[in-house]
Amino acid sequence: MTESTPVLKHPMAKYIRSDRQPFIYCSGCSIGIVTGMIARAIDNLDLDITKTVIVSGIGCTGRTSGYFKTGTYHTTHGRAIAFAEGVKIANPELEVIVVSGDGDMAAIGGNHLIHACRRNIDMTVICINNFTYGMTGGQFGPTTEHERYSQTSPAPVGNIEHPFNLVKLAASSGAIFVARWTAVQARRATKSIEKGIQKEGFSFIEVIGACPTEYGRMNRFGDGVTMHKHLLEVAEIQNGLPPHEAELDYENRIVCGEFVNIEKPEYTAVLREMHKKLKE
Amino acid sequence: MPERVMFTMGDIACAEGALSAGARYFGGYPITPATEIAEWMSKRMPEVGGAYVQYEDEIASITSVIGASWTGVKSMTATSGPGVSLMLESVGLAVMTETPLVIVNIMRGGPSTGQPTRGQQGDIMQAKWGSHGDYQIIALTPASVQEMFDQTVQAFNLSEKFRTPVFVLADETVGHMRERLVIPDEKDLKLEYRKLPTVDPSEYLPFKADDDLVPPMGLFGSKYQFYATGLTHDERGYPSDKENVQIELVTRLNDKILKNSDQIIDLERFMLDDAKIAVISYGTPSRSAKKAIRDAREEGIKVGMLRLKTVWPFPEEQVAQLASEVDHIIVAEQNLGQVYYMVKAYASPTPVHLMAKPAGMPQLPHEILDKIKEIKSI
Repeated sequence: MTESTPVLKHPMAKYIRSDRQPFIYCSGCSIGIVTGMIARAIDNLDLDITKTVIVSGIGCTGRTSGYFKTGTYHTTHGRAIAFAEGVKIANPELEVIVVSGDGDMAAIGGNHLIHACRRNIDMTVICINNFTYGMTGGQFGPTTEHERYSQTSPAPVGNIEHPFNLVKLAASSGAIFVARWTAVQARRATKSIEKGIQKEGFSFIEVIGACPTEYGRMNRFGDGVTMHKHLLEVAEIQNGLPPHEAELDYENRIVCGEFVNIEKPEYTAVLREMHKKLKE
Repeated sequence: MPERVMFTMGDIACAEGALSAGARYFGGYPITPATEIAEWMSKRMPEVGGAYVQYEDEIASITSVIGASWTGVKSMTATSGPGVSLMLESVGLAVMTETPLVIVNIMRGGPSTGQPTRGQQGDIMQAKWGSHGDYQIIALTPASVQEMFDQTVQAFNLSEKFRTPVFVLADETVGHMRERLVIPDEKDLKLEYRKLPTVDPSEYLPFKADDDLVPPMGLFGSKYQFYATGLTHDERGYPSDKENVQIELVTRLNDKILKNSDQIIDLERFMLDDAKIAVISYGTPSRSAKKAIRDAREEGIKVGMLRLKTVWPFPEEQVAQLASEVDHIIVAEQNLGQVYYMVKAYASPTPVHLMAKPAGMPQLPHEILDKIKEIKSI
């Protein structure tokens, strides 16, 4: 070759550690798409990356933080939100974003999730829900639907348990902004992430994703493209719907939209007020 | 603030020591017999512009403390054995990501719920070996209200200097006893602060250590951006499954404590110069031992004490040296023998006798005196 081919650079590459490429994600996985959403939200809001902190826990989504050029931290399993709370309270000037998976956030970290919702510390939590523990090979988790197959819920019965609906969980725990989208609704999801970042308080955005390698394979959902097409087909946008009606039935109907958008005194703001009062 | 004198309890002295050391973040969960630290902090932290945060459990508490520390704020938690049991996974995370923080353990009776209102020294080995993997820890063992203050300051200094979690291991008796406390003028306190990077951000390697084996620490909100992970990582902070990376990292994390142990180990030699019998003790039992040794001296018995103000890293050389000077060593501790096994390992062939007491009342002076006489008659 004598002519050099022009190298096209991804517009979001400036936020990503290129020396850590390629991503560890399998082909057909949704996590890369959501990583892009977060980068775009940062870009659209023109956040100062030196004042932005991205935290994640353990698992496939848990690896996401490490690809960003912001301050990033990879915690122990389930503890991303607890870590992020310490960061935000100790330095309220920082923009704190947590991204982790359904197992990390709703099983081992479930207690931290509900209490952080209640406490209302300003942070944006993005949960990529792919209904399985992907990193460990596809076991059922806290969002796996009843009777679905996994490495630990084999045929003939499948999953004996019943799933959490994370929108309902976050809303009833006190989050001030709650949304759900699927990974294919990238523009809408990105907008919600931006809103979550801008809101002063605890924002929770669930992004329904596909794990074709494990969950999809075991439940015969097809490859990554097929799974994402399915998400588009069953996504039903119902902005403003009361959160307790935000049903998630993977086969037929995934209700998407922004369900909670309220105001409530934010933890670090109240703490600052307390500091002021004590000085007077 | 100028010098202040208080008549107060060990838990409160510990809280005041932390504030004097510059701690401005406390994440915790109420637990007997450490609750007074949390209560005191809930009032005092906001007064000094800091935060007292009460979490849903000890797991969240310690993890939030790690997060707060990465913003550059000196941070701590305080708990008791059951709480430490919950925290241990993230103690490993703090070790691995080289996060300065202080964990106060006001030790109560165990195992399990045990005797919450009774003291014990059952968590010595837990502090050292509780989290998985090979690592070193620093642990201080105060024996008075004043030491609760002084050694909490020291705990912060060591955590900052070596970028590592540090335990203050105080038995319940020390936590709850009331004594005179002198809080020195703040300008008389020598405080350490972690090294910060000075290189250009483009050249910053977040886990590349200096000659003292400690890397300068980039902070959230600074111009240095980094990835910190509990995974085995190289100097860039990037995860690696290579054997040499694992060996280099784990060796350095251990060596930064062991090779700097002369800056950490703190011992009191009490009447040891001509002693033929040495008592090794720490915390409340060491107070009984002092009285017993004075009484024994009056009866002409040449006995002294090596009091451990730090138990980790273990004073291997000092114990070996002591063993070469005396005929017998008695280890008096409020458990069924923990430091005893360490002493035995380094005192050999000098005989080591355990004076155990796995319950709330420490060994009394006359009991230790009886033991000294029994050993003398051998």
